[in-house]
Amino acid sequence: MTMRLRIAMDGEELTAQQTALYDRQIRVWGVDAQKRLSKANVLVSGLNGTLAEFCKNIVLAGVGSLTLMDDRLVNEDAIHANFLITPEEAKHSGSSLAEVYCNALKEFNPMVHVSVEKGDLHQFAGVFLDKFDVVVISCCSLKDKIAINNKCRERQKRISFYTVECRDSCGEIFVDLQSYASAKKKSDGTEECQLEYSSLEEAISSSWRHLPSKTTKTYFAMRVLEHFESLQNRKPCQFSVSDLPHVLEIRKNLCEAQGLNEFHIPDILLNRLVAAGAREHPPVCAILGGILGQEVIKAISGKGEPIKNFFYFNAADGKGIIEDIPPASVY
Amino acid sequence: MAPGSDMEAVKRAKVLMVGAGGIGCELLKTLALSGFEDIHIIDMDTIEVSNLNRQFLFRQCHVGQSKAKVARDAVLKFRPHINIKPYHANVKNPEFNIEFFKQFSVVVNGLDNLDARRHVNRLCLAAEVPLIESGTTGFLGQVTVHVKGKTECYECQGKPTPKTYPVCTITNTPSKFVHCVVWAKDLLFAKLFGDRSQENDLNVQSSDSVDASKNTEDVFERNPDEDLENYGQRIYDHVFGYNIELALSNEETWRQREKPRPIYINDVLPEKSFQKNGYLENSIDVNMAISAMPALGLKSPQDIWSLAENTKVFLEALSLFIKKRVKDIGNLMFDKDDQLAVEFVTAAANIRASSFGIPMHSLFETKGIAGNIVHAVATTNAIIAGLIVIEAIKVLQGDFNNYRMTYCLEFPKRKMLLMPIEPFEANKSCYVCSETPLILEINTRTSKLRDFVEKIVRNKLGMNLPLIMHGANLIFEDGDDIEEDVASNYARNLDKVLAELPSPVTSGTVLTVEDLQQELTCNIIIKHREEFNEEKEPDGMVLSGWTERANDKQSSNGESTSSVLTNGPYVASGKPLVSGTKRKLSEMEEASDNSCNPSSKSNSADRENPQQVDDNDVLDDLVILEVPPEVPKKKKVQLSV
Repeated sequence: MTMRLRIAMDGEELTAQQTALYDRQIRVWGVDAQKRLSKANVLVSGLNGTLAEFCKNIVLAGVGSLTLMDDRLVNEDAIHANFLITPEEAKHSGSSLAEVYCNALKEFNPMVHVSVEKGDLHQFAGVFLDKFDVVVISCCSLKDKIAINNKCRERQKRISFYTVECRDSCGEIFVDLQSYASAKKKSDGTEECQLEYSSLEEAISSSWRHLPSKTTKTYFAMRVLEHFESLQNRKPCQFSVSDLPHVLEIRKNLCEAQGLNEFHIPDILLNRLVAAGAREHPPVCAILGGILGQEVIKAISGKGEPIKNFFYFNAADGKGIIEDIPPASVY
Repeated sequence: MAPGSDMEAVKRAKVLMVGAGGIGCELLKTLALSGFEDIHIIDMDTIEVSNLNRQFLFRQCHVGQSKAKVARDAVLKFRPHINIKPYHANVKNPEFNIEFFKQFSVVVNGLDNLDARRHVNRLCLAAEVPLIESGTTGFLGQVTVHVKGKTECYECQGKPTPKTYPVCTITNTPSKFVHCVVWAKDLLFAKLFGDRSQENDLNVQSSDSVDASKNTEDVFERNPDEDLENYGQRIYDHVFGYNIELALSNEETWRQREKPRPIYINDVLPEKSFQKNGYLENSIDVNMAISAMPALGLKSPQDIWSLAENTKVFLEALSLFIKKRVKDIGNLMFDKDDQLAVEFVTAAANIRASSFGIPMHSLFETKGIAGNIVHAVATTNAIIAGLIVIEAIKVLQGDFNNYRMTYCLEFPKRKMLLMPIEPFEANKSCYVCSETPLILEINTRTSKLRDFVEKIVRNKLGMNLPLIMHGANLIFEDGDDIEEDVASNYARNLDKVLAELPSPVTSGTVLTVEDLQQELTCNIIIKHREEFNEEKEPDGMVLSGWTERANDKQSSNGESTSSVLTNGPYVASGKPLVSGTKRKLSEMEEASDNSCNPSSKSNSADRENPQQVDDNDVLDDLVILEVPPEVPKKKKVQLSV
């Protein structure tokens, strides 16, 4: 029995193949959500272990299409936290990461259209983004992330925007759904509410001293590292242990400027993140890729309460926490 | 968590993974990526199409093959140099004994049924190997760590055993759709297509009714030259018409209940022979699954059919079984992947539901109920797998203070979607990991040894190959190597009531029950009791003695099933979030919020209103239901979904 590509249109029923394949998940989110998924187009830029997990999840979920962007050549480092790349490919293929991912992912679900787009996303004009409902970014400088996020926000249609970073056994997900109507679960039923998301630029410029004192430390730590990367003009995640003193100094300066006590960004945390560089801990890739997958599915299907607006996981304490960081303009 | 020390302990570790399904695929992949180099996998299943939405190591071309073997091959592709040993076998096989378990540094479970979980728990305790348990259902999941002597075992907190329903509810007084499904599947379907020699309660009425069993035996038999159409209509009228009239004749039953209405063919389909497409007569495609729906123009499994449509499906399905699958009749067991069987059961359940004023359901929903289908997505399994590996690494490093039980929630509690809590200390009165005597209330003059063995020893205690001793007398034993005369003695014992056994069992007797493979011994103190409440105590016996919690009581007819779920998210293993019986105070942040219990009072308010539509009840049932253990089908009361 061959599986042919079918894109369900409005009013069209799911095919018998789709119904059989997606049976277990339709029992979770329903047929309408599944139909919407099968029409959705997702763009992923900056491929690493976490995004390998994410891509696997949404391909299995049955999105309409997945477009991959990452021209970096596959090398032996790439297989560390990655089940999509074989050692053979890592050594010999001469292909880009996007190409290798594409070939592997196609096999997980022949009903999803998986393809490669060459080039650097931040250099594309905004109109390119109109093809997509969801944009997910990793391995990218803050500057470029902000530029892409702003472009998404300028488009007519609502494009859901996400970033994800995994450093060692710690990770951050950012969500921007712009303006989103959500049904919030309450004790006496559900309540419709309108969620207003900040842009990335606004969310990371939030005034530290005004944030609740229990705000996850990883939020601040990631901002310190972002500063370091920009100041040093480093490629994303390009650190080593020797950078630690400099990073600690940046922490000191930022905390002073922001009126935040340094103990909110412990040495031990920064140490871990800096020492790890771009190395991801595979179990954490699975967790972040899973949470991110669920978020994208929620946004596409319109079902469930989406995260607003940051999610953190840290294997050191085992908590997966949502932080609602308001935009700088709030103060 | 210095990377260096991680690597050594992980590299040297030998891991046993039980289950290569939803959690298993994600787990094997993550274990391999995390540096584990010696992994053994046990799974008895083969791959099905419905697995492919999440068990990503498998492809369409693998359908029918062993999960353990295909998973291994897939992972070796990206980690060719590690050792993965697959066993396509049941973990309860004797080959997986204590010695086998002892070779592992840690055992990780990705199972989907309580029975196997309990078995593995006992072997891990006996072999003194740490066990990491897990479960997922939809968006919910959990990971728990069990280390003998340090934490509670998997069974320290009681788990609800698979749901059963009182016979009278199924045969006489259904009030929920699930009761109709059980009737359609375990009674009607079984009667028409299953093993004829089995006892069947289809015609059981209340105890007052006239004994009509002699004649009704013939009702379901088709006369050799009987017209198919006629047969179908005769059966229909009998079960939906005549039987209902018979039930109505007993006024007492209906005094406080809404009366059902009898349904006869002529009321529903006035035109005797209805249109068929002639589909099946002309185009017999051998590869196409035999199905009633196409011939009747019914396209979507999500639609709820009208009474007339259900009736047509009933008749058409019955007809097709006889015309095209006559070989199956007489030994068919319901299989959720048997399209025609699902159609038949859906139609029958719906017609009965209609009769009793219960809302009808679609084929899709009915299939889920009848087939105990657990709804599942890849993302939750991936998250849980990540959490399992994190705990496994802690266990290997002896990082005892950091062991956590982690719950994956659908809606955040105190900003958390992933909520870790400290493991509990062992329950001192857990009959599995600390030997506590149990108490069994039973009528020793009417209950047979067989009932005790099935309901208590196998079902409740989860023993696989039990031995039962009364003092020094061995009154029953199960196994392959028993001599014939001894075995027939045991067979005779099974049929005796307890008080009449060669060494009589009466009030005050202590029975010792053992499973050598599981290395589990239980002492049970017998207390004679005359009467049991048929609805609340359908088994006719009550076992107690370990820390009981309200959640453990089986839901009885009429009681909201959500009462079983009062403490927050429930996952496929049936294990609830911590209830008020916490025995160790956590020092974590959460402790400052009233209780360390993540499912504190505010959460019960979050829960869905239990009085909502029937559907929600059904969904709740789905959440706690498990694939029932393989219990011989002869049991009358074993009407479990």
